[in-house]
This record gives sequence, structure tokens and C-alpha cells, in this order.
Amino acid sequence: MRRKWFYLALSALALSALVLAQGRYQIGTPLNEQEVQEWNIRPSILANGIGLPPGQGTVDEGAKVYATHCAGCHGSSGEGGAFTRLVSEPFPITKETDSVDFAIGNYWQYATTLFDYTRRAMPFATPGILSNDEVYAVVAYILYQNGVIDESEPMNAQTLPRVQMPARALLELDPGTQKRFPWLKLP
Amino acid sequence: MNRRKLLQLLSKGAAAGAFVKLSGGLAQSKIPQGATESMKVLGATLREYGERSEFEKDVIRYISPNLRSRHTGADFAPLEKLEGVITPSSLHFERHHGGVPNVNPADYRLVIHGMVERPLMFTLQDLKRFPSVTRTYFIECAGNGQNGYRNPPDMTLTATRSRGLVSNSSWTGVPLSILLKEAGLKEGARWLIPEGQDAAAYTRSLPLEKALDDVLVAYAQNGEAIRPEQGYPVRLVVPGWEGSIQVKWLRRIQVTDTPVMSKDETSEYTDVMADGKIYAFTWVMDPESIITYPSGLQQIQRGFHEIRGLAWSGHGRIRRVEISLDGGKSWKQASLEPAPDALSVVRFKYNWVWDGKETVIMSRAWDEKGNTQPTQEEFFAKWARNNRYHYNAIQAWRIGADGKVVNGDKTLAGAPAQLGAVGRGGCGGES
Repeated sequence: MRRKWFYLALSALALSALVLAQGRYQIGTPLNEQEVQEWNIRPSILANGIGLPPGQGTVDEGAKVYATHCAGCHGSSGEGGAFTRLVSEPFPITKETDSVDFAIGNYWQYATTLFDYTRRAMPFATPGILSNDEVYAVVAYILYQNGVIDESEPMNAQTLPRVQMPARALLELDPGTQKRFPWLKLP
Repeated sequence: MNRRKLLQLLSKGAAAGAFVKLSGGLAQSKIPQGATESMKVLGATLREYGERSEFEKDVIRYISPNLRSRHTGADFAPLEKLEGVITPSSLHFERHHGGVPNVNPADYRLVIHGMVERPLMFTLQDLKRFPSVTRTYFIECAGNGQNGYRNPPDMTLTATRSRGLVSNSSWTGVPLSILLKEAGLKEGARWLIPEGQDAAAYTRSLPLEKALDDVLVAYAQNGEAIRPEQGYPVRLVVPGWEGSIQVKWLRRIQVTDTPVMSKDETSEYTDVMADGKIYAFTWVMDPESIITYPSGLQQIQRGFHEIRGLAWSGHGRIRRVEISLDGGKSWKQASLEPAPDALSVVRFKYNWVWDGKETVIMSRAWDEKGNTQPTQEEFFAKWARNNRYHYNAIQAWRIGADGKVVNGDKTLAGAPAQLGAVGRGGCGGES
């Protein structure tokens, strides 16, 4: 199928000697790095920490952010309310754990995901309103509530990628996916 | 039934028949009274955008009353009320994470950046200038079939609530491979991180190899612009893979050498296995089939029936679909229509005369790679009971002697299981 499209594309290319010479259609507007940044309003945070912004937040600060922006849906200390439970039953989850009890401390495998998702999509009805410091702080608070980090440990671009989530030990690549993409490794 | 009961029934029937004869004696006609009225008056005028008949208004998506928000969650295509293989765009199942954004195409842009020679921005018109491809593909939520995790089975299950998180459309767009070539891939590029323009700025990780194979940047669905709830104006179509990776309202693609491990490929859309492991990147949708007629909560009578249903597989073409009329003891081959396309829904049909005896009917699909559907027991030997996705075990329907059709799945040994009633978003759409 890939080949078919390639030849389709190729036959269209042949219509223009100029385009053919370059191997491209010359459609689209080039952007410089600054223009890309302007468009990239919620940059992805990779598991190795690439993409984390400057800033910092502590567990104490996070408790305040949480009470203001999160507790309404997730319960006063992350036990779950109208929406998802954030603070878990003890790790690990087992075959007997009800899936409603899958939460950050027993199921989330990467601490960076917590920053990425919180900044990207939370608070649910007003995404994007938290500052980077506030996101770091609430991430610290939630990790602390789950027993993953110490109360005194602030979260920033250096500390967060080093946080080991217990559930990472359970995560494996789907064997069918591994067979098809032998090079693929989970971070 | 003993002879005495039979005689009683017969006499009741005779009495009822006599009543009908008497009361209908005056103006009884086999022709419905309203049948010719429309031939005496002018009909409706031309109109610029068509609507279905007012008498079809009950053919709607199923939205679970248990959802805590209609801004996130899913609703189901009404499978047993549809014919053929194309899902009408208005009835395509929905799954959103932050509501349906209202995107003005004049402001729409797609940016490809990261490990590319030339970061590029495309307008909608730009995308439409490239060579186009039109293909029919199914899109299926990884949570389709989630009601099958209930134990004991839900006796009010319908075909819609069993497998309605799948839909099948004709998609038109530009191959993503062409756009990537336009931007020029840098050495070491392995992954794409597509992002949506919704309130969740939804992202996933897509391996470059799949993108270069058959992924479409689609702008049309069934011949017109994609519906807002399906990603207007532009979405990814990732044939055969779970719906959640087919990012809607596509605004940005970052080319990287590593996956992002976003929320929806770690805390959700990962699978708990029977051995306690959690699998990541379970992208391909295994074969599925569902009998849509006769199916849960329908009522049939003795005599001829065309058993109908739908089958599809993320591994390729459907090769055959088998029907069992005796609870899985024996299997017969159904006919397929149209000729199966790869990664697309096919309809299966089987002529059957029901003798009025209670029975359990089932279907199972086989794809061209030799994959088929497991029984419930086989399924749970591999996947954990508390998993949430990729349920594809054979669905059984029990037909009672009274012609009523209900869920025919078995109650399994072990702990009862419900779908999460509170506290959890459900791509299965019901929690």
C-alpha cells in the first residue's frame, strides 16, 4: 500500500519538471524556530524530561494549587470524587484491583506524564490556566500524596525526570508490537 | 406441552380470530389508510441540505445515562439499526477527551516540526492541493466490547452496547508520508507526536514506519467535510489501529526519536494481562464480529430470517465469518458483502429458518492472517478480568422459545466484575 501511494505521488510529480527536480511539491509555508514555538503552546514533555520548562514547585505550594483547582473533581486529597481517583491503593495493582482504583501511585509509569498531562489538559474546564510553577507544585503534591516523593523534594526540570514510578516495573511492550517494530524500546 | 394445554391454546386462538373478524367487518382493508395520501398533495420543496425522514428519528447514537460528563467519554453507533457497511457520518461513534472544538477552517493550520529539515505550516487548502487518496477504513475504540468485562453478563445488552464503538467510513486525505517527505525527515527520526486542537490538546506517539505505510491526513468523510465530532477539519486515520491514536482536529506533528508516553498511552489505553503485566502500545485491533440481527432485546418469530452482522480486523482483510446456531458446537460459513477490503468492515449474512426452539447463536470472524476471535474463557486466559480494552471474545445471543433475544454470554467462575461505576473516565462509554 505504501508503494502504491508512492507511485501515485510519483506520477503526479512527473507533471512538473521543476517539482520533480526537487522531489517535493513545494506546498506549505516554512517556519523558523521562533514561529514553531509560537504555535507550540503546550509543548510535549518526553519521558527523558526534554520539553520541561524552567520553574519549580513544592509540595506545600502544590497543596494550595490542588485545593483551588483540582479538589472539586478529584476529592479533597486525591481520593477521587466526581472524576478520576488520583491517589492510589498501595502499589502494585493486581488482577483483583478494581480498575476504578487504578491511580497515579499504582498505575502511572512515568512522572513526566503527570506534568505533560496536567499542563496540557487540566483543569478540565479551563485548561492552560496554571503557570509552570503551579504545575510543578501540583505535580509534587500529587506525587507526595501517592508516597512517591519526599515532602521536602521540590519538582523542577532536573528532579522530575529522575522520579521513578513504581508501576514502571510492570510495564512491557506488547509482544505483537515488539515483533513488528524490533527497534522499539520503552523509555 | 400436553394435549390439554394445546387444546386450550387453540380454542383461545380461535376466539381471538373470531373477534378480529367481527370488529373488522365494517371497513377492513389490507391497504393502510394513509398509504395514498401523499399522491393527492404536493410534496416538500427542494432543500439545500438533506435530512432523513422524520420517521427515522429514533435511529440515534446510544449515550449511557451513567456518564458523568458529556464532554468526555464515548457514545455508540446504533449497529442493529443500520444496513450495509458504511456508517452514516451523523451516527459514527464519538469519543472525546475535552469536548468537540469548533474549528474555523480559515484559521486552521497544521505544523510539522521537530526532527525535520524544514518545519512547515499547511493551510487546509494546502493539504487539499496534494495528491489525494480515498479508502474505506473502520475506526474502532480500544474500549469497544468493554461490556464483555462484566460478570455476570449484562442481560440488557444490545448489539449497539456490545460493539457500537466501531464505525466504517470512506476517508479522503493526503498520505502523511507525502507531508513528511515535504518537510524532510532528519537522520534518527523514529516517532511522530500528533496533537489535537481540542481542550485536552490530545497527543499520542505514532511510530514513523506506520506513518510512512498507510496513515492518512484526512479532510473528508463519506464524500463531504469530516464532521466536527470526527475531527473537522483534519484528522489522522491510522488504519487498523485503535481509534485513540487517530488524533482528531490535528494541529501539530512533532517528529522525534522517542515516544512521549502521554497520559493516553500510559494510564489509559494500556492493558492489564492475566499474568499481571501491563502492556503498552497494544495498537492493532484484533478481529471482531457481531450479529446485529437477531440481537439483544430484539424479538423474532418462527420462519425465515437472514442473520446479519458486521466483521472487521485490524490485521487485514476478513477472510471468512462463521455462524453457530447451536451455542458453538458447530459452525457454518456466512456469505460476505461486499468483497472484503483490508482494514474495513464487511457485512456477513446467513439464511436461517428458526423452528421456534430455544437456541444460542454466535459469529466469529477470521482474518487473512489466520487470526480469529476467542471464546470468553480463551480471552480471559490472556487478558486480566480488570483490564478495560481490546475485548474481542465471541458474542452470543440467546433466542428464547418466545422469540425474545438476550445476551447469551456465559457467567464466568470467579469474582463478579462491573465496569467502574464512579471515578473513572470510560472509553467503553458506560462507566
